[in-house]
Amino acid sequence: MRAGGWQVRLEERLESGARRSWMGPGVAIVAAFLLGAVLIAAAGLDPLQIYGHILHTAFGSAWGWSDTLVKATPIMLCGLGVAVAFRMRLWNIGAEGQLWMGAWAASGVALGWLPASTPRPVMLAVMALAAMAAGAAWGAIPGWLKARMGVSEIITTLMLNYVAFQWVCWFVFGPWSERGFQLTPQFPSSAWLPRLSDAAHLSPSFSGLTVHAGIGIALIAAVVVSLLMDRSRWGFEVRVTGDGPRAAQHAGMPIARNTVLALALTGALSGLAGMSEVAGVVHRLQDRFSPGFGFTAIIVAWLAGLRPWAVVVVSVLFGGLLVGGKEIQPAGIPQMLQGLVLLVIVGAEGIARYRLRVSRAEAGA
Amino acid sequence: MNAAGWHTFVVGLLAAGVARGTPILFATLGELITERAGVLNLGVEGMMLVGAMTGYGVADATGSAWLGLLAAMGAAAALSLVHAIAVVVLRADQVVSGLAITFLGTGLSAVIGAPLVDSKAAAARLPSASIPALRGIPIVGPVLFDQNIVVILGFLVVPVVWYYLYRTRAGLHLRAIGEHPAAADSVGIGVVSQRIAYVAVGGVFAGMAGASLSLAVTPGWVEGMTAGQGWIAVGLVIFAGWDPVRAAIGAWLFGAIRRLPLDLQGVPDLPLFRNPNLGYFLNMLPYLFTIVVLIVGSRESFRRRLGAPAGLGLPFVRGRR
Repeated sequence: MRAGGWQVRLEERLESGARRSWMGPGVAIVAAFLLGAVLIAAAGLDPLQIYGHILHTAFGSAWGWSDTLVKATPIMLCGLGVAVAFRMRLWNIGAEGQLWMGAWAASGVALGWLPASTPRPVMLAVMALAAMAAGAAWGAIPGWLKARMGVSEIITTLMLNYVAFQWVCWFVFGPWSERGFQLTPQFPSSAWLPRLSDAAHLSPSFSGLTVHAGIGIALIAAVVVSLLMDRSRWGFEVRVTGDGPRAAQHAGMPIARNTVLALALTGALSGLAGMSEVAGVVHRLQDRFSPGFGFTAIIVAWLAGLRPWAVVVVSVLFGGLLVGGKEIQPAGIPQMLQGLVLLVIVGAEGIARYRLRVSRAEAGA
Repeated sequence: MNAAGWHTFVVGLLAAGVARGTPILFATLGELITERAGVLNLGVEGMMLVGAMTGYGVADATGSAWLGLLAAMGAAAALSLVHAIAVVVLRADQVVSGLAITFLGTGLSAVIGAPLVDSKAAAARLPSASIPALRGIPIVGPVLFDQNIVVILGFLVVPVVWYYLYRTRAGLHLRAIGEHPAAADSVGIGVVSQRIAYVAVGGVFAGMAGASLSLAVTPGWVEGMTAGQGWIAVGLVIFAGWDPVRAAIGAWLFGAIRRLPLDLQGVPDLPLFRNPNLGYFLNMLPYLFTIVVLIVGSRESFRRRLGAPAGLGLPFVRGRR
């Protein structure tokens, strides 16, 4: 483009890879919400009113914050797991199914594999371990298929989501059904994660706050994942394999083993999310207890640049979006905004690779 | 059950399977064309949903199912162009951009389609195209010639795509930009512009897939009505080794498997299958089958070292390897 002896050129930056800091997650979210406003307005609704409602409901009060943290918990756990797999460029989109399997195993423990009189800490610990084992197994299957036979993990992890959903449905409608309804009986109270409202006798301001111990589990998981990725040899191997599989191979790193391990770790964390959801929120297993936490986690992980601490922050934002979007009709608005956020950040990474260069037009150019 | 009963069962399953497989067929062929041009688009599920919703909505509003089909193709193509710009022009990550398209399409179709959910427009159906002269042929007649017009369209599209890919100059260029974009560029083929065009072609097919669901196979609009069929299409492309004929066989086979749980419950000699709990396991079949199909597909491609276009998933920059 030329104007008055000056020319403007779009050229590629020489340094590659690094994300530009100016196009951080914040800008992407703002841009996505602006785009979303246009789409909402096009659908004949008032975007300002809808956004105001979301903000107010999610962050306007102690109850709002509490609900937001409740929704953020499973997103955070799944997001941490997804971030590890993505760091190795393993596209695990099966966190949702792994969460379902975790919830199923935890429910099995609570509903009879252990007696109801089991002390609460033992009961909760066994539930968490069972959930992690089930999720890890569900994640290890695609990992093994990928490592042994080169089967694309994108499709297998996704297909296993549907299988896990049917599996849970069978138990919920069949063997574990309460009088034929599509839910299991309520767990014994020894299988409930403590809520903040349980401590209402300490401070009246805690009453009615449903935030439960799952958020603590999620924060501990964030510390563990962060240490594992940044400080351990295994985390180093995962990062090297993600950045350059050839280099990892030449260095003799066990790529096949790490593939299975990374997907199993994702599964374990997602399974834990399922346990935290049934033990902390619904206290029973039912179909459709998750509005797609495992899918939201993918967007969260990417938006957070696959950094564990950023996953924590972004999860809270998206938890707020779910809380605030709950009562809004039509119901697809939060999902649409999630898609836009992901699209904007993906596009922004592309755009950030270029820069505008203004220079004096060369003679004859 | 007597012979006549089995005959009815098998013919019913085949006919319904071919019909159910048609949306998957369109989606698979579209993704196949896109991938042959070197671009992976994981947004098929989202584009199908946008197509299904747009098709039904436009047909409902205008009273013409054909206008609905056209609009569905246009809307899904528009969504696919977002992906094309992100990955071909801006060279963003193809996996993540495709996921974003699926999220966006799922949400967008739910938001815009919300008022359509309870609508029961009789006009919004594509006509059936039974051929009276051929309908009477045993087995083949009801399966091939007593179907909705989109099913017939599906039969016709397969050889057209095959011919285009393997027997035309444009098809040769299409395969070249997917296999070796740098070589294609050096002989003057516009890699970037053609890749964008073929991503859009994939979108058009996904739109047809969506509209053939909402206007013919399972008429009506419900959010998320594709139930993973777009993803199954992505898997089938791998199973088919990027070949349109194998893709078609796979898609129809899939249609039959999707249909099986329903048909088995109606067979009186198989009381086992009337146990309602078994339905959940039968419902797993299409998804488990996709995984099996992928294992078979990837083993074979491992062995023969053929299949995936060499340039699939890699952005093209002129003058850089």
